[in-house]
Amino acid sequence: MVGAACAYYAGLAGLSVTVVDRGSVAGGTTGSGEGNILVSDKEPGPELDLALLSAGLWRELAAEVSGFEYEPKGGLVVAGSPSNLTGLRSFAAGQARAGVVAEEVSDLLALEPALAPGLAGGVHYPQDAQVQPMLAAARLLQAARTRFGARVRTGVTVTGLLRSGSGQVVGARTSQGDLGADAVVNAAGTWGGSVADLAGVSVPVLPRRGFILVTEPLPPVIRHKVYAADYVANVASSAAGLETSVVVEGTPSGTVLIGASRERVGFDRTMSLPVLRRLAAQAVALFPFLRDVAAMRAYCGFRPYCPDHLPVIGPDPRAPGLLHACGHEGAGIGLAAATGHLLAQTLTGTPPDLDLAPFRPTRFQSAR
Amino acid sequence: MSPFEISFDGRPVSVVPGRTIAAALLSAGIRAWPSGTSSAGLYCGIGVCFGCQVTLNGRAGVRACLVEARAGDVVTSVPSRGAGS
Repeated sequence: MVGAACAYYAGLAGLSVTVVDRGSVAGGTTGSGEGNILVSDKEPGPELDLALLSAGLWRELAAEVSGFEYEPKGGLVVAGSPSNLTGLRSFAAGQARAGVVAEEVSDLLALEPALAPGLAGGVHYPQDAQVQPMLAAARLLQAARTRFGARVRTGVTVTGLLRSGSGQVVGARTSQGDLGADAVVNAAGTWGGSVADLAGVSVPVLPRRGFILVTEPLPPVIRHKVYAADYVANVASSAAGLETSVVVEGTPSGTVLIGASRERVGFDRTMSLPVLRRLAAQAVALFPFLRDVAAMRAYCGFRPYCPDHLPVIGPDPRAPGLLHACGHEGAGIGLAAATGHLLAQTLTGTPPDLDLAPFRPTRFQSAR
Repeated sequence: MSPFEISFDGRPVSVVPGRTIAAALLSAGIRAWPSGTSSAGLYCGIGVCFGCQVTLNGRAGVRACLVEARAGDVVTSVPSRGAGS
């Protein structure tokens, strides 16, 4: 998705773009996502600023590109206990000072009638939205091709980067020939570290596995993206073991998506019943009607994360001509629009709308 | 045994005994129906895709391709369940 957004915005800015993907469209983590566009789960800081910018851009893309089930449905974060609610309240207050619209909810069941009774309370975030991530990536690439003349080469692997005598990156070597370019953008997500290695630079992106359980199609029941207040703590955690927190939402096709889990197991794709059992149990605790609903399938994907849980965005001074746009850990869909926009500004010499210093690729090492 | 009838969205459908509801619908030329803003219907035929869900004698979410038709079955494409809404 980040790559698709970079291609779209670069094309929009008048640049000649070629997208190279060793797989198919949305074949990486993009196809394993839920389609989240969230401001609700981010504490004040550079990532939240990026998320706010991106949420607005996605709304524009829904109108200008369209065709990807954009739903400005809003998010509802619920707190099970009074102490959870206290924590949630102060978290939301901090977010509100940073520009997030956060409304405490006095009557949860009025907003979500199918919720289990007895929850302590919740906060509604109207700025949260959802897209169908595979459709969104495909539509952005389609728009980049048909409107801006971008070329999209799937099934082509980048095997090296072309360097000039002075060390400037001047293109990519691929499994189907060399491509000269004024700039190369590494938007390889969870595999961004490997692409960086081709330039001899380190970008420490590691995988964090997540599962999603998909129910049979149902009539519309769940109105928002609903999740528990402990989701935010899990996102920010560096624990290696299994962490799960409940996230439940419906889709236009009627299926209900149930997440969320986080594990550091490398790139292991083995289906994990213990994880799915936990996801199911947590979802039923939040929405009791799900007890009688069939789970249709489950899928997993690998979130790309950096040690400080911030993405890598911007030019790499260690390899001039190479820029990175990867490492968005579980927020890649939501942050893609802003990333693409900021990358395009950088590529055309326009001062980016957000300071990219917090996302610089060189932040992980001591100065040389 | 001779053919019997079931109804689908109020229309009579003739059924050769032993066929599933999905097979009976297919024989009657019915393979898709409106569902929300899209459509549902017969796709995999083996109970995996959940596309052929119908309401059978008041019970919602039944996969038509997995259930043998019985004389007098009332089958509708309109879901009759939806907790809370």
